[in-house]
Amino acid sequence: MTVIDDRFAAANTDEGPQELRSRSQLTAKEVLREVGAVLRMSEAQAAALADIEHDAGEDQTMIINMGPQHPSTHGVLRLMLELQGETVLRCKPIIGYLHTGMEKTGEQLTYMQGGTNVTRMDYASPLNNELVFSLAVEKLLGIDGDIPERAVWMRMLLSELNRMSSHLLFMASNGMDLGAVSMMLYGWREREEVLRFFQKVTGLRMNHNFIRPGGLAADLPAGWRDDVLDILEKIEPRLDEYDVLMTGQPIWRERLQGVGVITADEAIALGATGPILRSTGVAWDLRRDMPYLKYAELDFDVVVGSYGDAFDRYAIRLNEIRESMRIVHQIVDRMPSGDYRIQDKKVTPPPRARIDESMEALIHHFKIFTEGFKVPEGEVYVGIESPRGEIGCYIVSDGSAKPYRMRIRPPSFINLQTLPHMMRGGLVADAVAVISSVDPVLGEVDR
Amino acid sequence: MSDGMTEVQKTAEELHGCPVIVSLGQQVLLVAREQYVSVMKALLDDTFDLCVDLTAVDYLLMPNRVVGADIKPERFEVVVSVMSMQKHERLRLRVQVPADDATIDTLFDVHPGTEALEREVFDMFGIVFNGHPDPTRILMPEDWDGHPLRKDYDFGRIPVQFKGSPA
Amino acid sequence: MGVVRNVLDDGLGGLEHNFLTARVEDLVNWSRSRSSWGATFGLACCAIEMMATGASHYDLARFGMEVFRASPRQADIMIVAGRVSQKMAPVLRQVYDQMMEPKWVISMGVCASSGGMFNNYAIVQGVDQIVPVDVYAPGCPPTPETLIHAIETLHQLIEDENILRRRKEQGGGANVHILEVPAGANGVSINFRSK
Repeated sequence: MTVIDDRFAAANTDEGPQELRSRSQLTAKEVLREVGAVLRMSEAQAAALADIEHDAGEDQTMIINMGPQHPSTHGVLRLMLELQGETVLRCKPIIGYLHTGMEKTGEQLTYMQGGTNVTRMDYASPLNNELVFSLAVEKLLGIDGDIPERAVWMRMLLSELNRMSSHLLFMASNGMDLGAVSMMLYGWREREEVLRFFQKVTGLRMNHNFIRPGGLAADLPAGWRDDVLDILEKIEPRLDEYDVLMTGQPIWRERLQGVGVITADEAIALGATGPILRSTGVAWDLRRDMPYLKYAELDFDVVVGSYGDAFDRYAIRLNEIRESMRIVHQIVDRMPSGDYRIQDKKVTPPPRARIDESMEALIHHFKIFTEGFKVPEGEVYVGIESPRGEIGCYIVSDGSAKPYRMRIRPPSFINLQTLPHMMRGGLVADAVAVISSVDPVLGEVDR
Repeated sequence: MSDGMTEVQKTAEELHGCPVIVSLGQQVLLVAREQYVSVMKALLDDTFDLCVDLTAVDYLLMPNRVVGADIKPERFEVVVSVMSMQKHERLRLRVQVPADDATIDTLFDVHPGTEALEREVFDMFGIVFNGHPDPTRILMPEDWDGHPLRKDYDFGRIPVQFKGSPA
Repeated sequence: MGVVRNVLDDGLGGLEHNFLTARVEDLVNWSRSRSSWGATFGLACCAIEMMATGASHYDLARFGMEVFRASPRQADIMIVAGRVSQKMAPVLRQVYDQMMEPKWVISMGVCASSGGMFNNYAIVQGVDQIVPVDVYAPGCPPTPETLIHAIETLHQLIEDENILRRRKEQGGGANVHILEVPAGANGVSINFRSK
């Protein structure tokens, strides 16, 4: 008789119905539905999709579990894969391992504090989270047209530098996932340059809480132009190095070309945005097509792929770093002087020096930081282009100092829905390459 | 109200039969639960092919709110954002869902990308989506009790030894 | 018998001290602290800073921790980097249990140490509710310097103190003790008992 202690029985991480049921247990209709019969295809197309060649004698499929703790650097994503030999038949991502209740927390924090919460969602590009939140709050306040020029340009500068650092993180983790471990070190080396600049400007390397409703928390320090130009000078030749190291290299191409293919129709049907959508040939970039801040005045290209595979996504992100550098050059040349935040007493705190002199300044400072400023009733949705796709913020305000409902539309959460379609029919060894090419950040997937 | 806005309003009403309000410069369609899926299908045919976001709001603590255009406000509201890449336009739909019958039809057959979003709304609010292929929790553990984003669900804060803390 | 007593219970820490075995233990502690391998438990933003610490600018390799072992069986130090949600907690415990003694835990960041800014239904308020923690590193996220300081503190603890014997006395650690399987028994009875 075997007696196994309860303690080990309790360490069961079976998620129950969230897991993947074996294909043999599903009806044909369910399989078709899961596989994409609804992806706006005709019946015949869907049937063809579902009909992966299998050896009738070997109808044994294996369900394996990857994660939630695994060496791929993408955080706590759990994948259930149904395999036939080495071929992936079905894949189901199971998420929720990093659920932090951030939307509920957002209802407890004032609008000034909201940035600290939102910035930790997509922790690879925190400034973009803060930016979308601030834009939504400013729209609710009605001050979105009054933000000073300098603040707008500073926001663009920080947003583009963040895009660069996020894509460098992608290059590093993509390289490591495919075995090019030196790329991991190179990617982080470049990232350090950008993070050092962020530390100089915002005070923190990550999770800055710097872009706030009304503008930014502080002005750019003296000598920032030299720092930024220094970064651009350093990174530019290194990007060419990566081209030599990876883009043209046969092993890299073999591993990424044709892997994780998704078509434009599938991507749009699944709501995927960002590099995934652009890799399928759809030239959609919110910075150019629905411009926010002053992107309409800047000159940059939208990088588009043609095959919808992992190689395209890698190349798109590499070239987006180059485009971001181009944008940063233009911003450095054209940065106007002025205020770094709107001078609205109700929204922005007064300068510290004035607190000693003026009673109103003291009261405003106190009210803004303890109670928070009140935002008129209303609801608004703002979407911007984060390195992963469209990040949006939907805020419902009930007229008080805290949001009634704060919702962030997470690009990775929706992009993850493309994973089953990308992996189907591929090898299990390519599974890591596919996840890596989607570049999910689990902080914003789970919130 | 400029002419442009009145025109769009009229067009929307004519096309899909639902009232349109303008919220801070953004078009919002107020849709009844019964017409919800058919309106989404009509929008899909009208080039609104990208379903950007599907979420819900629990208006328990705002019972006297005004939705507009003589729509009766309910406790829950399902909010769907769609986008037309051809027209470079966004549109938002708001559907009222009563508390005693918190169900609504699934959009999975129209927009497969709503699969995970609807699961999240079910998990966080308890709104059941009829016809969803996998109506299970997605963010919370499978055996979790309650729906965290509802307003009557406690925040779950533990008391902290700090004078200014709200606990 | 004589020099070797309680080795089954405490490993090397159970050796009675005389000048020979004390030297051996020092040597063992010295080498343990200088070649500890970390188990990756990177969860959220702190994982990014942990990777930055392992990268070339802050280089953990000079402390012997270059290799982050994916398999918990091969790891010594588990750095819990990030917020632990309710769903992740059993997984965390399972990975900790799979690690072989001696093992240590660094709780990196305020979310792992105490729940951080997320004092709500979804986050475990400190991983010390689940696993025994040796060093807490504050910060949101801790800069790589902070993490290196935490790791070095732990290395110092490993090297100087009788950390294993103390832990047994205080009841920390997983304390999994396997009882002997009696030879020739009819049924096989496996009992995992924790003290």
